Amino acid sequence: MILFYLVSLLTITFSLLVIFTKNPIYSVLYLIATFFTFTIHYVLLNAQFLAVVNFIVYMGAIMVLFLFVLMLMNLNKETEPMKSTLIKIIAVIAGGSLLVTLIGSFKQLDALGISTINKPEIGLVENLGKVLFSDFLLPFEVSSILLLSAMVGAVLLAKKDKTDNG
Amino acid sequence: MINLAWLIPIFPLLGFVINGLGRNLFPKFVIGALATLGVMLPFTISLGIFFEFTGPEAVIIPLFDWIKVGSLNIPFSFQIDQLSILMLLIITGIGSLIHIYSMGYMSHDAGFGKFFAYLNLFIFFMLLLVLGSNYIIMFIGWEGVGLCSYLLIGFWYTNGAYADAAKKAFIMNRIGDLGFLIGVFLIVTTFGSATFADIFPQAQNIVSGDATLTLITILLFIGATGKSAQLPLFTWLPDAMAGPTPVSALIHAATMVTAGIYMIARSNILFTLSPITLSIIAVVGLSTAIVAAIIALTQTDIKKVLAYSTVSQLGYMFLGLGVGAYTGAFFHVLTHAFFKALLFLGAGSVIHAMSNEQDMRNMGGLRKKLPITFITMFLGTLAIAGLPPFAGFFSKDEILAHVYEHNQLLWAIGVLGAMLTAFYMFRMLFLTFWGSFRGTKEQAHHLHESPFSMTFPLIVLAVLSVVGGFIGVPEVLHGHNWLASYLAPIFEASNAKMEAGVLSHSTEYALMAVSVGGVAIAIIYASIRYVSKAHVPALDSQPKSALANLSYNKFYFDEFYNAIIQKPLDILSNFFYKIVDKAGIDGLVNGLGTGSQEASKTFRLLQSGNVGFYIFAMVIGIISVLLYSLF
Amino acid sequence: MDNFVSSIQTVPLNHYLILSSIIFTIGVIGVLIRRNAIIIFMSVELMLNAVNLLLTAFSAYYGDAAGQVFVFFIMALAAAEVAVGLAIIVMVYRNTSSVDINILNRLKW
Repeated sequence: MILFYLVSLLTITFSLLVIFTKNPIYSVLYLIATFFTFTIHYVLLNAQFLAVVNFIVYMGAIMVLFLFVLMLMNLNKETEPMKSTLIKIIAVIAGGSLLVTLIGSFKQLDALGISTINKPEIGLVENLGKVLFSDFLLPFEVSSILLLSAMVGAVLLAKKDKTDNG
Repeated sequence: MINLAWLIPIFPLLGFVINGLGRNLFPKFVIGALATLGVMLPFTISLGIFFEFTGPEAVIIPLFDWIKVGSLNIPFSFQIDQLSILMLLIITGIGSLIHIYSMGYMSHDAGFGKFFAYLNLFIFFMLLLVLGSNYIIMFIGWEGVGLCSYLLIGFWYTNGAYADAAKKAFIMNRIGDLGFLIGVFLIVTTFGSATFADIFPQAQNIVSGDATLTLITILLFIGATGKSAQLPLFTWLPDAMAGPTPVSALIHAATMVTAGIYMIARSNILFTLSPITLSIIAVVGLSTAIVAAIIALTQTDIKKVLAYSTVSQLGYMFLGLGVGAYTGAFFHVLTHAFFKALLFLGAGSVIHAMSNEQDMRNMGGLRKKLPITFITMFLGTLAIAGLPPFAGFFSKDEILAHVYEHNQLLWAIGVLGAMLTAFYMFRMLFLTFWGSFRGTKEQAHHLHESPFSMTFPLIVLAVLSVVGGFIGVPEVLHGHNWLASYLAPIFEASNAKMEAGVLSHSTEYALMAVSVGGVAIAIIYASIRYVSKAHVPALDSQPKSALANLSYNKFYFDEFYNAIIQKPLDILSNFFYKIVDKAGIDGLVNGLGTGSQEASKTFRLLQSGNVGFYIFAMVIGIISVLLYSLF
Repeated sequence: MDNFVSSIQTVPLNHYLILSSIIFTIGVIGVLIRRNAIIIFMSVELMLNAVNLLLTAFSAYYGDAAGQVFVFFIMALAAAEVAVGLAIIVMVYRNTSSVDINILNRLKW
């Protein structure tokens, strides 16, 4: 119980830091921290498979990608473009009203009375694997094609154009 | 032979296809021969069927299943019975003669091939009309002959007035066709079938005067008024004389215009059971006969006289149908086909000789120059006037005798109409063939008897007009009414329902004497007026008496229709054009166009191209959607 | 592990909803206030993760494995998306020497 609130506090803090830090490198680092708290959340929910995947994919692969790109571009605090204060205030107000609206709409749901986990073992690797390879076999295979095409696309996009003088 | 009946419509169709495709390739005599063959062969088959057919029962020749929807089954099949055999003989027989005639008449026309193709197509549809074993096939033929009539009236379509006449005929026919079509729909819903053999036995069990049946018959009769040029839809037929004369003879005198009578005779049992409709038919027929006869009195165009005479004679046929004299009406169809085709062809011969002059005021004295035409036309005129022993006498007498049984007032008016007929027909004959020649020198120079291909049909038809009546000599004249006994199976059910009034022989003699006497008086008066006094109708510009004016201007029917139908329609369409379309619809469409243009001029400023702003707008949008679904 | 589970069982589902909404809103605000394309991209990842968390929570509470399978697919999708997206950003950077989205103001008409 306490653990959940503690982790949630950390999550919110880190994600706020992500968007308010001036230096992009720090932003990425805070993002890694945020994702780590997400992993903890997954563990708390007994979704072990997702915790592992989140750890590997997000904190490993994706964050490394972000870092590489940032470092490639050699961005720093001085070159970081920022918006005016007015826009920031407006944006925060807009975001706040979104939050209020969302929570307001959740209040209208009555299905939220559930406060116990029905089948704690559902997030285990064994169970998920069974579901994944029986009911979701086709989407699973298709997603491999998605990844392949994304890879090809990324390579194609990032490749230097031969006709360019660069 | 009967099993060859399916070949009958095939030949003219083949003729149409071959001539239509090769109209510019083949020499004229090939086209003419092919087309004539396309009618002659069916004629021989029909003759064969006529002699082979014995049984009182109709023979159905199924060809293929055509429409099968649920319980409704409309096969494509032909019905061979006494009625259709006689119609076949009329159509193919007179059709053949007119084809032969046309080879001479149209020999100088550029559209020779086209003309014969159309003519064959017409024969095809007409055969389909009379052969069909159900109303739907009949309707195909019905529409098809209307189409061919349109094509042939507008044959010289470069002349605007002729093209208008064609359109007029087509539109007037369509009004009638709509009635016919609705009638057929009603028949199908009432009887669950469109086939004659299913409908008529069922109909016999219906009580006389049934409302649905009355409605059906009235709708069918509306169809007949359009096709057979009865009041109020008759004005197209005189205008249809714009077509080549053989067309007038074939379509607008002998065959197509009798389709209405054929249809009513075919569905006679339905009409017999609706006395109201029968009375309407009788009254409409008689008024048409009289009105058209009065108009014909003052016409100066030789073909117009014949056209109104056709309308008038068709009126007699409807009068006959209306009093239940189905046999008499059909008899008149038969004899009328002979003498009216003859008269039209004769008129064509005259026009041909006169270098396309149609006004009788410019003719006269043609007796010597065109002896064969004169003699044949004279016989035809005698026949139509109804003098014994020519064909018209017997048929008209049979109708009038039945009318007398029915209503003596109608009979009196009918006799008056017969007198008028005799008068205007002899007026035409006298103006054309007696007196002195009133045309130009050049026309006089060109005067010549028509070639043999044109006189041959005249002679054949003249013979038929003289002897044709003997197939239906009434008993009272010690004849054996062959036609009545031949057609008896067709009208059996109707005759059983009708109370048969029997006239004593003396009454019948008296009736004949009255009508013949009246006709003779009319002829004598005509001969005094136009031969002895050599009266020539005045020119258009000279003033006439009020009655003559009324007749000469066709009772102002066209003007009347213009005023009550065309004018309001014009005003209405102008209203729709100017107010609804121009201001309303166009205004709306143009307004939408300008409106969106103006709006986009303003709104496009929102499209700054700034991605940040777009995202902001998106968030606002999401919030509004959520808020909307929340409340 | 049982300890975790039993402790988490007392947390109402509502709280996960609120947590996810907060993270999602932070992501939205991030998108709105930053001009750096990469940061915006990271904010999008934040939003995605918020949704993932919610899906997992629902899946766990309702005892339906499908939710977690979806999360798995979303992660696969996110990996692909990040690869392509970053490639696009690299491309933009190469052409404009900047990752400021205000430079990309040709996105009109």
